Amino acid sequence: MKVLVIGSGPIVIGQSAEFDYSGTQACKALRGEGHVVVLVNSNPATIQTDKETADIIYIEPLTAPVLEKIIETEKPDALVATVGGQTGLNISMQLEKSGVLKKHNVKFLGTDANSIEVAESREKFNNLMKEIGIPILPGKVVSSFEQAKQFADTIGYPLIIRPSFTLGGTGGGTANNAKELEQILEYAFRLSATGEALVEQSALGWGEFEYEVIRDSDGNSQIICNMENIDPMGVHTGESIVVAPSQTLSDADHQVLRNAALKIVDAVGIKGGCNVQFSMNQDTGEFIVIEINPRLSRSSALASKATGYPIAQVATKIALGKKLSDIKNAITGTSASFEPALDYCVIKIPRWPFDKFPKTSRVIGTQMKSTGEVMAIGRTFQEAVNKAIRCLEIKIPKINPDEHLNPATDLRLFAILESFRHGRQVEELYEITKINKWFLRRFEEMVKLEKQLQKNFTKDLLLEAKQSGFSDLQIGSFIGKDELEIRNLRKSYNILPTYKIVDSCAGEFEALTPYYYSVYEGENEAIPIKEKSVIVIGAGPIRIGQGIEFDYCCSHAAFALRELGYKSIMINNNPETVSTDFDSSDRLYFEPLTFEDVMNIVENESPEGVIVQLGGQTSINIADALSKAGAKILGTSIDGIDLAEDRDRFAKLMIELGIPQPENGIAYCESDALIIAAKIGYPVVVRPSYVIAGRAMEIVYNGAELRRYVKEAVELTEKKPILIDKYLDNAIECEVDAISDGKNVFIGGIMEHIEPAGIHSGDANIALPSMRLSDNEKQIITDYTEKIAHGLSIVGLVNIQFVAKEGVIYILEANPRASRTVPFVSKTTDIPLAKLAVHMMVGKPLPNLDPKLNHYAVKSVVFPFLKLIGTDIKLGPEMRSTGETMGIGKTFEMAYFKALLAAGVSLDHDKPAAFISLNDSDKEKVPELAGLLKNLGFKIYGTIGTVGSIEGAITVPKIGRGTPNALELIESGIVNLVINTPTKGGLSHTDGFKMRRASIQNGIPCITSINTVFELLKAIHILRESELELRPFDQYSK
Amino acid sequence: MKSEKLKAALILQDGTVFHGNGFGASAISQGELVFNTSMTGYQEALTDPSYGGQILLMTYPLIGNYGINDTDFESKKIHPQGFVVRSCSFDAEHRTCSSYLDDFLKQNNTPGIYGIDTRQIVRRIRNHGVVPSAIATYTDTLDIEKIKKDLESFDYSGVDFVKNACVKKPQVYGKGRKIVLIDYGAKMGIVRELVTRNCEVHVLPATSSAEEVSSLEPEGIMLSNGPGDPAVPTYAHKTIAELGGSCPIFAICLGHQLIAHAYGGSTKKLKFGHRGSNHAVIDILTQKISITTQNHGFAVDKIPDGFDLSHINLNDKTVEGMCNKNKAILSVQYHPEAAPGPHDSKYLFDEFLKMI
Repeated sequence: MKVLVIGSGPIVIGQSAEFDYSGTQACKALRGEGHVVVLVNSNPATIQTDKETADIIYIEPLTAPVLEKIIETEKPDALVATVGGQTGLNISMQLEKSGVLKKHNVKFLGTDANSIEVAESREKFNNLMKEIGIPILPGKVVSSFEQAKQFADTIGYPLIIRPSFTLGGTGGGTANNAKELEQILEYAFRLSATGEALVEQSALGWGEFEYEVIRDSDGNSQIICNMENIDPMGVHTGESIVVAPSQTLSDADHQVLRNAALKIVDAVGIKGGCNVQFSMNQDTGEFIVIEINPRLSRSSALASKATGYPIAQVATKIALGKKLSDIKNAITGTSASFEPALDYCVIKIPRWPFDKFPKTSRVIGTQMKSTGEVMAIGRTFQEAVNKAIRCLEIKIPKINPDEHLNPATDLRLFAILESFRHGRQVEELYEITKINKWFLRRFEEMVKLEKQLQKNFTKDLLLEAKQSGFSDLQIGSFIGKDELEIRNLRKSYNILPTYKIVDSCAGEFEALTPYYYSVYEGENEAIPIKEKSVIVIGAGPIRIGQGIEFDYCCSHAAFALRELGYKSIMINNNPETVSTDFDSSDRLYFEPLTFEDVMNIVENESPEGVIVQLGGQTSINIADALSKAGAKILGTSIDGIDLAEDRDRFAKLMIELGIPQPENGIAYCESDALIIAAKIGYPVVVRPSYVIAGRAMEIVYNGAELRRYVKEAVELTEKKPILIDKYLDNAIECEVDAISDGKNVFIGGIMEHIEPAGIHSGDANIALPSMRLSDNEKQIITDYTEKIAHGLSIVGLVNIQFVAKEGVIYILEANPRASRTVPFVSKTTDIPLAKLAVHMMVGKPLPNLDPKLNHYAVKSVVFPFLKLIGTDIKLGPEMRSTGETMGIGKTFEMAYFKALLAAGVSLDHDKPAAFISLNDSDKEKVPELAGLLKNLGFKIYGTIGTVGSIEGAITVPKIGRGTPNALELIESGIVNLVINTPTKGGLSHTDGFKMRRASIQNGIPCITSINTVFELLKAIHILRESELELRPFDQYSK
Repeated sequence: MKSEKLKAALILQDGTVFHGNGFGASAISQGELVFNTSMTGYQEALTDPSYGGQILLMTYPLIGNYGINDTDFESKKIHPQGFVVRSCSFDAEHRTCSSYLDDFLKQNNTPGIYGIDTRQIVRRIRNHGVVPSAIATYTDTLDIEKIKKDLESFDYSGVDFVKNACVKKPQVYGKGRKIVLIDYGAKMGIVRELVTRNCEVHVLPATSSAEEVSSLEPEGIMLSNGPGDPAVPTYAHKTIAELGGSCPIFAICLGHQLIAHAYGGSTKKLKFGHRGSNHAVIDILTQKISITTQNHGFAVDKIPDGFDLSHINLNDKTVEGMCNKNKAILSVQYHPEAAPGPHDSKYLFDEFLKMI
């Protein structure tokens, strides 16, 4: 059978790496059963789009028309709709409803379209629940404010609003009065695919529970895992801290919810996996079902990793018609028909991007804002919580607890701990947060232990602290010692970690493919691997700047090590990913990625070496400490890493190598900074040293802005200087991913940013091969890359960023590690850079490589602006995108157009109309822009200052000065493209800011870079007459 | 609240000693150390008479979170000789909570140990089988050598635990169809399921004769679960053999094993038994899978003549149910009354009542 699998596209808030994991599992299961897999996904940084995973791979935009064409070409027999998140599900339903599937005789595998429809439609679902006697909250599906108001008058406030068919609760909210109801509904209607929203009574403060269910087509069903949200109702489950299994349900409670879950899943007709969410009033025991997800989800990925039960694999086999009784549990070799038993406690904490968006509200609620999550395992609740906090890799700021308890923010857990430190009582915090007192008492115990350690530090207390998950660093901070002092003391007391197995059965059966977590008790089950082994340090939670691309590289490292005859040992804590799948590596440790946790594993396993290049900045940051403690770092040496990361040393090296750098300096105080900037000349790029993805990086245009930056944006100290670089405007930024064996250097590709220098490379649209660089410039870049690779003694990967201006190539920075473009370059050139880098790291020579580049590829990006209200969407040196797409074509235009289409930029309208608003320096380009737009049939709107001189353009008053203005045009849908290049500076009350926010909230493409729009319009112009080019991605290079 | 400095030790017959913290009563006791993998339902498990003569270890590490309530009792008292957990919650949070686990153990004079590596013990039992053990809680010193010595001679293979576990005098519950439940250490769950199905349940002692049962003129007979080796209570084999065919019989767990013995079949001791709420059982006739509650250390290895295999364990393929159409006997190895555990097989009570 030929089976179409639809992926989930770029990483966005609410849809992350978990769908690469579930899709990859599905592909393996399908191929394992002898089927041919056609896979479609626009995200190149996915294992599922690897040749090794699927048979025929399309890296193409995920839209219904694109899928229809692929179905016409490939003629699949069946389709799997439930492994590609809401994206995959929605497209599948569109194809079903438009009759495409019927026309081409493609059948749904697993849960069928009717069942999905019932599960997704609020009205149908609620009706079914009434029929089978499962309680729901009183609610009404409405399509107008009047209907909602009527309902509110009978039920009262607060009310929860949920738009139909949206992702991660987008557009939902809680209304406390009629005014809020109207506001939220207006937004919800716009975002709902059906123009409908559900208005529901609020169960604020009730406990929230999730059940992951598997059901086969014979109706056999079982619970894989139940989970309890520590944050009660009112916080989206994706935003909640979650514990598995439930901690506060009695067996009687649990069976009530279990029975209900099975009954619901049976009534809906699920064939595969399903997530059921309940809310229970723990004062009375009454419960309601909130909703179900008739597909694999983020929760199912978590449940899968938390229990060891391969949900995606089993669900796929069920979709193929297999019975639960015929499927084997891959972990234990016993039957897949059982309910996993845990003998540990699992904590999930979401990872939020607020460090990147200081201006957005940190309040968490019914709409998701987190980009990723971490999972930690412990034998006690406290142990799991403390480890999970460590996994987040965040700096916990000093806070006033009262600002974070209610409404909850991302910092609520820390606010609770801080409150206990101040002597507040469980009862009081319960009244404020409604968090179950059992959890609050555990948090209180954590603080009590802190205080005991401070008061009277003993060996017994140290052991207790370790069993409660405290790190050496934390314990040290309580008693004024550093991490290593505690580590040594601990060792002298023989307080050492042991490792336990996650085996899905609480030890009842032997596990064949186990994974491990650390504890401080009893038996060590992780007997060191006898064969030669290598540790790969993972990338931790998905966050802006460190996304799925790094997990892709880590997974490839595990595959490469297997090919090379090494046992691979993975350390990671992100439950969504392929790297934490039970069969990706030979051995997996689910652990925080701190020096302490990683070094403990190194000491347990004594591997040949440790790979630190692939896990992003996380692993690079602990490389030095690991090395000093005796771990062997594979590949580029610690000194090489330091040479690249230390600006002073790096600058000296560049001078030695004769490679020009933009004028720069390091400032240790404000007056330094002002002097250096004046000497270099404004504008300058400023940033803290040692950063990840340009955090707190800005372009400043004068002394006043620089002073503001130093005051507000960074903590500038003698130990933490800031770096100041000349900003090269009107220049081409380009970057290189290269690998080296220490002698020879191979350049994977020279990429060019479509946006001008100054926009973070993670946010830029990137073309491969370069379009505008001359052969001479490319040659210089090649020479420089080789020199730098040699200068840094690179063994493995290096990413180098250059700027080309007026024939001169400047070096911006070199990263002695995998970059986020590695998967993109590897997919484009068909050369697996990460795998080859691992070969070099274990001492293999660079082979002869022949990149095929008879085509063009463009990487585009998606942003989380819709979810993060109050943020400006203009781009700068600080990275803010969450995910990426790839477009490939025989021409650059085709590649670029498809990359943008995949990122959601659609200009396909009956009445195209654009609003132009450009900053002063771009204004000279208005005539050219208008010409291009007119050629494409666009009506042009703008203020008189911008489009006054353009023939046929419609001029409108400025915002607040008359009607219709830009906002009204955007909100009414008259305008369907906004081109706005922002003025300099970070002001949020400008007209431009309002326009940009309005377009985001109305789902209208808003392009903020003049280069982007020029290239896009040219591409549309050229493609106007031609068909969208769609083919398996390996066919483009032929 | 928390017991003051109560220490505890768990001593295995092979001499292994685990030192931990004590809770519950200050006492020393012996029993067969077994583990249960249910993540909820410790109150039901502790009051399950089938644990008579055993020391119960819960594999889930956090026990006691929701306290002890007034309803989830499977009998009036705690039956295991001792309770072993990784962590005991000394506070609890639940609307039904009326006391704490620690107090409950104290009231029942049962010692508990926490703060030891329970998983290590489970792995030991998995590899070497269930093991006679002793549990001791103490405040000052403990003569471990003496306990070890006592353990050496500890032998429970011939012990009849049933007599201790069952009612001493007949008891009656509910109104409606008359059912006799022969009590070998019955869980209240069985009585509850029958009573909610409008039955008048006459609970009789395990030693009741066939005449005593028949004299009540029941419409159906239930044979309960219970502790110990099914080969030991031969008086039960006799009674059951005589009752067969008089009216429909439905047997659970030990009752099921006793039927095997009564009609010429046999049982064997499993290495470490099945104790948990997650065991999949398939009904051979309908191919329907149920996730079941199990608590047994023995299994039927020879089905008596005239009986058909009706249910098997999907995992280790052990016998999970038998039926004899001529004699109208239905028996299962697992616990359709659940408590704790899934309700998937409660339908068996309906089937039984349909047979009548």
